[in-house]
Amino acid sequence: MNPAAPATRRALTTPPAPASPFPYNPGSLLSVLDLTVDGASRLLVRATELEHEDPIVRDHILAKRRIALLFYESSTRTRTSFELASKALGADTTLVSNLSSSIEKGESLKDTGLTLRALGAEAIILRHNSSGAAWLLEESTRLPVVNAGDGMHEHPTQALLDLRTILTHLRPGVSGVKPDTLAGVTVMIVGDILHSRVARSNMLLLPRVGARVLLCGPKELLPEQAARSGPGIEIERDFEAALRESQAVMMLRIQEERLAGLQLDLEEYKASYQLTGQRLAALAPAAVVLHPGPIIRGMEITAGVADGVQSAILEQVTNGLAIRMAVMERALTAENGGPADRSSPARRIKGGRA
Amino acid sequence: MTAMAICGGRLVDPAAGVDGLKDVLLIDGRVAEIAGTGKLKSRNGAEVLDATGLVVAPGLIDIHVHLREPGQAYKETIATGTAAAAAGGFSSVAAMPNTTPVNDSPEVTRWMQAPERGAQVRVFPIAAATRGSKGDTLNDFAALKSAGAVAVTDDGRPILKDGMMRETLAAAARVGLTVIQHAEDTRMTQGASMNLGPVSFKLGLRGMPVEAETSIVERDIRLVAELREAHPHLHVAHLSTAGALAAVRQARRNGLRVTCEVTPHHFLLTDEHVGLYNTHAKMNPPLRSAADREAMIEGILDGVVDAIATDHAPHAMHEKEVEFELAPNGIIGLETALGLSLRWLHREWRMPLGRVLSLLSAQPAALLGLKGRGTLTVGSYADVVVFDPKVEWTYRATESQSKAKNTPFDGWQMQGKVRWTISEGKIVYASA
Repeated sequence: MNPAAPATRRALTTPPAPASPFPYNPGSLLSVLDLTVDGASRLLVRATELEHEDPIVRDHILAKRRIALLFYESSTRTRTSFELASKALGADTTLVSNLSSSIEKGESLKDTGLTLRALGAEAIILRHNSSGAAWLLEESTRLPVVNAGDGMHEHPTQALLDLRTILTHLRPGVSGVKPDTLAGVTVMIVGDILHSRVARSNMLLLPRVGARVLLCGPKELLPEQAARSGPGIEIERDFEAALRESQAVMMLRIQEERLAGLQLDLEEYKASYQLTGQRLAALAPAAVVLHPGPIIRGMEITAGVADGVQSAILEQVTNGLAIRMAVMERALTAENGGPADRSSPARRIKGGRA
Repeated sequence: MTAMAICGGRLVDPAAGVDGLKDVLLIDGRVAEIAGTGKLKSRNGAEVLDATGLVVAPGLIDIHVHLREPGQAYKETIATGTAAAAAGGFSSVAAMPNTTPVNDSPEVTRWMQAPERGAQVRVFPIAAATRGSKGDTLNDFAALKSAGAVAVTDDGRPILKDGMMRETLAAAARVGLTVIQHAEDTRMTQGASMNLGPVSFKLGLRGMPVEAETSIVERDIRLVAELREAHPHLHVAHLSTAGALAAVRQARRNGLRVTCEVTPHHFLLTDEHVGLYNTHAKMNPPLRSAADREAMIEGILDGVVDAIATDHAPHAMHEKEVEFELAPNGIIGLETALGLSLRWLHREWRMPLGRVLSLLSAQPAALLGLKGRGTLTVGSYADVVVFDPKVEWTYRATESQSKAKNTPFDGWQMQGKVRWTISEGKIVYASA
């Protein structure tokens, strides 16, 4: 073999993966990466405005627009919050869940989406147990699709509401964000990172507004490659060391439904990673404590911390409502609507009742 | 008597060490004469194909295709799959046994080769190693071989039990059959739909570790070494990891009969090509990291890799238009293998044309013992591909002869256009 050959061939590469065609619809929010920092900032500002808006005025913003909630997984917070947010803007909502629909009969996600579009849905909020499902739905329907959680992948509105919660506590009075808004702030995310869409959306969003993200958890739940997801992400396996450095602490639930045979010693896990009042008082007495819910009291977090003064868990829920109002307003009023947006039969008979 | 003369072309027959301007005369399905341009002695009455400016080579041989018959004709049939083969320059294909029912019997093996199937090119069935590919009971290899099977495998349902794999290798060696292994420790890939790495983490998809492949290849090689006296032949299907390639390389140094194939997608694409859940980039083994891909290129260029095979795996459109995790594995490849190999291996990475063609014909024929194939010496089968090496063209999946269109190479530039494919003396494909 010619010894000079490797050098010649290294210089030559194949075409890179093609540029992403997503999102097809400018109203879609599939990933936090669909938003520029400006875009995220506009949503945060708008969330505050909408929150303070006169309910009667607010009710006209999306009056009679049709929004479908398509849920393949159970949900309390996210579903109710999207529904209330949509209704607060005057939209009509309908809920389709996998347990009481033709999905049970084997209808595909594509066909379910096309059916909802034919029924007049102008936007779809999707919660699905399979990573990437929101992209498939958007490609199939070309409607504004809002990702309300896809498998272990992303949950962009959760990251936005978490950001809003963090801002309230650490940057009071600041409603918008810039690339350095959270400069100097360390946000730690603790626990089952591997299976968490909340963690993925947060670790992609927070560094873009200046925060340092510190991931913490055992190897089985936090693989080394997590740190390579984007800039500004680090791993610290020692929970107490990480706590000492953090101004915001985001606890995650162990997702038993996604463990897929993984054996975990829960007692050992609690000993190493449970957020207790003692640890919090000793190591991060000023930090704000977040949890996307559902919380399992006594598991990743003690009841005392969950109900304590540093906890912002219920604020997060409330912030979800404001953020989702802004996201749904954007979904249905984004400029330069795609072809599906313009030709949607629902748009033509807007306001008419079926 | 039917006679055909291919005149004026450049004959590239690596197995015979020929590369020069030669005319080829085919009579009754065999090569009858090779002579310098214009010097054939007995071309009178022969149909003449003008190959001026074209390359004339042994028909290509793909030792890893899924033709889906019997049982899954909605994805592909032997007729449509072999039409795609012919369009891609292939005059022989070896068909995997994961059909419905599994090809674990002489009856199915014969059924696949029956004229009623309408095959455009020669189909060599590869039979299941164990009954129903369940890994429990060995099939009758002698009976399968006499029915026409050229190798045995439980492709897609790899043989995990050491004892069963040892028995398979020993039994196959006794009748002179190759054992093909899809190397995947499925205990390590439960629920996984792509390569394990930073990309799978980012996409929230469960990943297949490279160890799932390397551990089985290493285990199999250990068994081949233990059975050294019996001279078993292990062939590693669609090898995709640097570790497995290193193991094969070492086994060869140790004098073991271990061969391997690499697919065009594994030497061209990486897991980054999954993009945002493109199901046309989902296959098993999955697209790997850039380092693994580079190792594949290196292995091809330095000769450890014995064959380029496509793992042509047709699926119906509706099966791929689903959630990534639910989509079936596999892509079609028969019509892009030559164009991609010439474009990248030959043109970009400077592999001599004869060596590229050897990986696509002479070497696969040798490793499955397909006598009279993969070369155009006098007396060989009249299996010929004639192509224009200079033509660049764009592949369009919609124009595929296959029933299926699942490919990540739609819109890619190809080098080298097939003009004629001839199978046993019959023109089975001619481009306009």
